[in-house]
This record gives sequence, structure tokens and C-alpha cells, in this order.
Amino acid sequence: MTMWQRLNNPYDEDKVIDSCSIFGMMDTSGRRITGVDITKAIANMHDRGNGLGGGFGVYGIYPDHKDDYAFHLMYLVPEAKEKVEAFLESNFFLVHSEPIPTRKAQGIGTAPVLWRYFVRVDHHRDSTFASEDDYVVDRVMRVNKDIDGAFVFSSGKDMGVFKGVGYPEDVSDFFRLDEYRGYLWTAHGRFPTNTPGWWGGAHPFSILDWTVVHNGEISSYGINRRYLEMFGYHCTMQTDTEVVAYAVDLLVRRHGHPIEVVADILAPTLWSEIERQPPGLQDYHRSLRQVYGSLLLNGPFTIIIAHQGEMIGLTDRIRLRPLTAATKGDMLYLSSEEASIRLISPELDRAWIPMGGEPILGRLKANTGARVLPEATSVSRA
Amino acid sequence: MKSYLPARFKVERDETRCIMCLSCVSQCSYDTHYLDEDEDKVKSRDERCVNCHRCVVFCPTRALSIRKNPLEYRENYNWRPEYIEDVIRQAESGGMLLTGMGNDKSYRIYWDHLVLNASQVTNPSIDPLREPMELRTYIGAKPDRLEVDAKTLAVKTKIAPQVAIELPVMFSAMSYGAISLTACETLARAATEMGTLYNTGEGGLHRTLYKYGKNTIVQVASGRFGVHSQYLDAGAMVEIKIGQGAKPGIGGHLPGEKVSAEVSMTRMIPQGTDALSPAPQHDIYSIEDLSQLIFALKEATNYTKPVGVKIAAVHNAAAIASGMVRAGADYIVLDGIRGATGAAPKIIRDNVGIPIEVALAAVDTRLRQEGIRQRASVVVAGGIRNSGDVTKAIALGADAVYIGTAALIAMGCTVCQHCHTGKCPWGIATTDPRLQKRINPEIAAERLANLLRGWGHEIKDMLGGMGINAVESLRGNRLHLRAVGLTEAEMDVLGVKQAGA
Repeated sequence: MTMWQRLNNPYDEDKVIDSCSIFGMMDTSGRRITGVDITKAIANMHDRGNGLGGGFGVYGIYPDHKDDYAFHLMYLVPEAKEKVEAFLESNFFLVHSEPIPTRKAQGIGTAPVLWRYFVRVDHHRDSTFASEDDYVVDRVMRVNKDIDGAFVFSSGKDMGVFKGVGYPEDVSDFFRLDEYRGYLWTAHGRFPTNTPGWWGGAHPFSILDWTVVHNGEISSYGINRRYLEMFGYHCTMQTDTEVVAYAVDLLVRRHGHPIEVVADILAPTLWSEIERQPPGLQDYHRSLRQVYGSLLLNGPFTIIIAHQGEMIGLTDRIRLRPLTAATKGDMLYLSSEEASIRLISPELDRAWIPMGGEPILGRLKANTGARVLPEATSVSRA
Repeated sequence: MKSYLPARFKVERDETRCIMCLSCVSQCSYDTHYLDEDEDKVKSRDERCVNCHRCVVFCPTRALSIRKNPLEYRENYNWRPEYIEDVIRQAESGGMLLTGMGNDKSYRIYWDHLVLNASQVTNPSIDPLREPMELRTYIGAKPDRLEVDAKTLAVKTKIAPQVAIELPVMFSAMSYGAISLTACETLARAATEMGTLYNTGEGGLHRTLYKYGKNTIVQVASGRFGVHSQYLDAGAMVEIKIGQGAKPGIGGHLPGEKVSAEVSMTRMIPQGTDALSPAPQHDIYSIEDLSQLIFALKEATNYTKPVGVKIAAVHNAAAIASGMVRAGADYIVLDGIRGATGAAPKIIRDNVGIPIEVALAAVDTRLRQEGIRQRASVVVAGGIRNSGDVTKAIALGADAVYIGTAALIAMGCTVCQHCHTGKCPWGIATTDPRLQKRINPEIAAERLANLLRGWGHEIKDMLGGMGINAVESLRGNRLHLRAVGLTEAEMDVLGVKQAGA
């Protein structure tokens, strides 16, 4: 077992089981908002967690370092910092580094040393890596694997993950998220059942600028994991969430699928429904299931996946975990519970419960001209 | 020569019940029962009885019962009765001992040491009566990735031919000749009704069965009996048979007596001649030769159907399977040591090959280590008894299973192990025109379809219990298996943890 496996899964179970509250909000016009609202919203679902993990993902927070990879590091032992910094010096162009600002917060115990680095790849990438992203993934995995006591928990551009052990509202207070502004926020309150909880085990789980928050237990985990292993992914954290993040990375970055197609792979259409579709669409869905059947996420889940400019909410095909979607002007909200949305935005244009397996997609208008998809489906409860 | 062999069984007839209807006399194809006209009594020649239960089931007054002959030998663990009698039989015949059905020895049955998982609290189990539950499986090679046009959703990758089965259970290769035409038709009809496939074996395809082509796998074996372009075109898939679990490494022998006019026409050999299948395929002495035959068959069928390869599970199955996939097989079949047969030398059936569970686990693991598992479907055969075995096989990594013996039992077989005599009183393992009429394909197919229907319901219930609603989420998902009573080495090969761990 690696150090992370020991920390994350101390009893060496098949995998870590947890449940939770999740929340996502996005201003599709790109306007940046503080972390105050999302903290209120996730705090309203306090009872869905047990204080063993809370976290946030936020996009558009580092406009001054837009083109630099922002690495968030946690050091569980002080010596690790020196090793990581030497590693970063020799593998990147280090633009800037600083401690991640924190304040004393209720309910937050001893925190690891938290530091952030803005880096560029520049000439460091050799030709064995097809892209800068591939290079960064490799180097991040190396830090996490080879440097004992150091953990990169955020590695994208112009975005950041903030997470720790505690209730999410306390984690937010600790990281001073009221002082950050971003156009897309996701949040998570954790209820692990078979792990004591540690800082790196909280959600979001992240690689590059992809973040995943997740509520559920994936009964297909065993085969999802074995399938991903064929493509070189090693699920060291042994969590469902990690599997989702790697699946998205494989499908989007390496296989080139848009996020809508990814949703049709993770929560595919039932055969009985495929049979009623026009031939072209049948071919599409049938082929996806034939080729990517091992990535079908089975069992109860709701996930919010985000990356630069996009946020997607998705449940399993028979919706065994809750998800409410809502819109107000340019805002899209996704939440485990509708009450949390109405707490911060009482007058909604629309609030609805998506169908099982139906993706709800928010996209920056400036990027594509698109906005919340689908425009009109499911049961409107506004 | 006087036979020293004692009778294996004793027929007991309740004289107070027998009404002298002579049903038993006409039902027994081994001439066990006869009417003693002098005494005006029905009597039995016990030494002929194979304990197939045909007379018992058809006795209208239930006057018959059959027991093991209580005749004892001096107890000796090494020289058990079976081995003493094998020696006697060989001393009297001078030949190889033939037998039918699968290995009946006590090699460990791993299915009985594996248990399945179910959901409690953290994950709701799914009720298949109220929620969708999907068993559909596609047999065929899958690409590593799919290219899709993001705008139109048109699929740009050309996917190799795929064949859908509505539940992951198919009927094993059983040739016309080894089994009767009525039994073949029964398999074809049941496969059609249940949306799965049956397999012609190496006996060719009788002209009356072409209409079931969509549900037929046509086999190409070492004798190439009945293989021609129409035959290849008729099936949904083509299967190259290298070996069979009941007799790895040896060929087949259909005695001339079984080669009737109809068998002769179907196999394209003269009536009354022995049909000898060579031990190897004589155009395949190496892996590159296999590749050539695979592609010859793909060319012949214009790349419209999956071409698979079947082997007996042997020591190096994992390496061989990897070679088969790399040689272009769209699916591979592993037939384990308990796989059955219409006729095989007893010594081979009982001593050669490895259990299917370990072969399957080793092959699935190896194909994944090499990153080529998706390039071929994996089908396993050899002793699958019920839907529990099927479900465990899928969790170990199989796409689908073949059943042979279980299908024949649904038609009436009682596993008496005398298929090789050609006298099957149930009309299954025989080409005798009188005996084969004992199977009415319409009624027998209903029994067989019922079996699959029952298994389908059971598999769905087990999947639902695990919190899974599509069979692909169980395939290769060994976390849903635990071992009870296995050694570390066995658990390591199977890739499963000890129960409770």
C-alpha cells in the first residue's frame, strides 16, 4: 500500500464508501462571485455530512496568473516542502509561490502546511509528452507517488481546489473563501463510512482543471477501475470519485469526446429506449455502450463535474441519488436539495428534477454562445 | 469371452403395481426389460441398465425404481470399484475406454467456493420487477476508442461485426451426429425464442435448420465436415474449433453406424463411413496459421460476422488466448476440464485440462495486463450448472457462457454418461430415427426456453442485489466475489479476496 492508500483506506477495503451533499453554481455570463453564497448553500445541508470532509472547487480565481498552472500543495510532514520545491524548480519555471491564506476557524483541527505555486512548463517538456497537460499530469502523479507526505490537490489553470477535514462551511471559513471571486463554484460535504477522513480525501477530486464532487456509491467500481488500469490509470486513492475523474480525463482529453458524449457513456441510455430512437441515434448509443460498457457508472450517484467554462450535473440512470437543477437569469444551480438553492436565490426562473442519467450542462456564453442545456426538459417546478 | 463385469444397477419392479403394459420394454433402448412369456412376467437384465430413468418416468403405475447394485468389493481407497471395473473392461476389449458427458471426478469446483455480494444501507439494491435490468451482451471485437462527430453524433469509427444476445447464455457446440436432428432443432428453436445462439458443432448444418441461421454459430473444426460457403453464410458467427474441454489435444470419431443418409448429406461424407476429426487442424500448426484461417473465414464471409476460436482450457491458456486475440479472433471460447462430450476416451476426459474458473480468471487478467481485453469477447464453457455459476463467471471476467449438459438435461437427459453408445433412450445422443422421434422439438424447446427464462430472472435478481442494473457493470468486477475455503494461491489466480476481508 502506498502512503495515500494507508491514509485514505486504512482498513484496505475494496474502496472508500461515502455519501454527502453536493452543490454547484455557475454564472454563465462569466461574472465572478464570492464564496459567500455557496458556503451558505452547502451549510444548509450540514446534516448530510459528518464533519469528516468538506471542500470547494472554484474557477476564474487567479486572473493575474491565468496562463500558469496553479498547484495547491498540502504537506503532512515539513521536510516534504523542501523536496517538492526542488522538484518544481527542476521541472517547471516557477512564477510565484506563497502560503495559501487561512484563518482560524471553528471545527478545523490541525491543518497540514498549505502552499500554492504558479508554474509554467516552457522548455521543460520533452517530446515524449504530446501536450503540456500530459506533462503536468505525469509530474503531479510523481509528486503524489514519490514524495512522502506531499500531496498536490489542485493543478489547473485559473482555478483552485480548497478542501480539508471539517464541515464544508468551516473549511470555507478556514480558507477565507469569502475573499475569492469565481464564475463557477462547486462544493461538497462528506459522510465517509469506512475511513477516518484526512485532508486529501475530501472532495473535490481534481486533475488538471477537472474537478469532481460526488455523492454515491458506484457498484461498478471494480470493473471501472480495471478498465482504466488498461489505459495506465492507477487508482491509488480507492474512491469512486477518483474513478470518475480518471474516466472523464480519458474520455475528454485522450479520446476527444465532448462532455455531452461523456454523459452518455457514464449514464447510458437503456436498450429499450435506444430501440425507439431513429437509426442514426441508435447507432450512436449502441456503439457507445459496446465500446465503453466498462465505464458505465452503476449504482447510486450524483456527480458535478467541472472544468474551465463548463459545469455538468449527472445522476445514475435510475436516479438513486438526488439532484435538483435551477436557473435564475444567467445563473445555473445544481444541488442535492432544492432548499439550499432557494436559500441563496429565493425567486428562481425554473427549478426542476432532471431525469435519471440526463446531463444538465452549463457553459460560459462567451465560450460558445451556448448556455444551460437542456433548455426545456424534465418536470418544471418553478 | 465371459464378462467378469458385475451389473452397476439393480432394477426393482413392484409386482403389485406392474400392469404388464410393457411400456418399459419399449422405452429401453438397451433391452434391459423383457417379457418372460413362460412366466407371464416382465423381467429385467440388470447388467444392461445404465440408470437413465427413461423407464421409470414412463411407467404409468410408478412400479419401477433403480438402485446402485449393493454388491461390494473389499474396501480399498486406491482400488475403488470404478478402477477395478475399468481394468476388467479393458482386459475384455483391448481398447481405449470410451465415455460420454463431462468429467465426473472430484476436482475442486471453484464456483462452490465463491460467493456473491449484495447491497445493504450504503447502496440500495435494485428490484428487477420495478426497475429496468439489462442483460443484453454484444459478442465481437471492440475498438480501444470510439470517434464520434461532436455535432451530428455520427459514429466515425468502423466497429467490427457484433452479435447481440439477450442474456449471456448460449448453447455449446453439439454436432448433428453426436446429437439427433430433433435435439439440434430444439436448440435452434429455443435460441431463437430467447434471443441467444446455439452452435452447430462440427457436424454441418442440416438443410431444415438454415431458417434458424440468425441464431446459429457455425463451427469449423478439424474434419471440416459440412463446411461450404452457404454454411458459413448461414450463421450469425463462425467459430474455429481447436479443442474441447472433454478431450483436449485429441480429435473426434463418429462411428460409421451413426452416419445415416441425412448425416452423410449434412457432413458431406459417404454414408456408413467413420467421420474422423484429426487431433489438430492440419492447416494450423502455429499461431500465424490460425491467423490465416481466421482471415480466410473473414474474407469468405466478407467481414460481416464475428469469427471466434475455441480452445480447451490447458496450462498455458492465458498466453494462448493472448495469441488468439492478437491473431484476430473476435471472440475466444475456453472450455474447461468439466466440459462434456458425445464421446471421448475416458482417460482423457478424466485427466487432461484445467478447471474453467481458473482458466477464465487467468485469461481475463492477462488480456487486461496486455491492454487487449476489449479486442475480443470471452466465452466460457465446461460444467456451468445454474445461474449462480453464470453470474460468478461474468464477475470473473466472461462476456457470456456456453451451456451444453444443462440444456440437454432440460430436454430429458439424466447424465447417465452413455452418449457414446448412440442409443440414448431420451432421443438426444442418437441418430436412430426411431429414438430421435422421442424429442418433439416444439415441446422440448419450450422446456429449454423455460430454463433460460428462469435463469434470466435469477441473474437479474442477483445483479439488482449488487446494486447493478446492466450486466456490463458486473463483467470482470471481481470485487463482487469473495472466496470461502480457498488457498492464498488459488485466490491469487482467481483475483478474489477471502470472504470477510
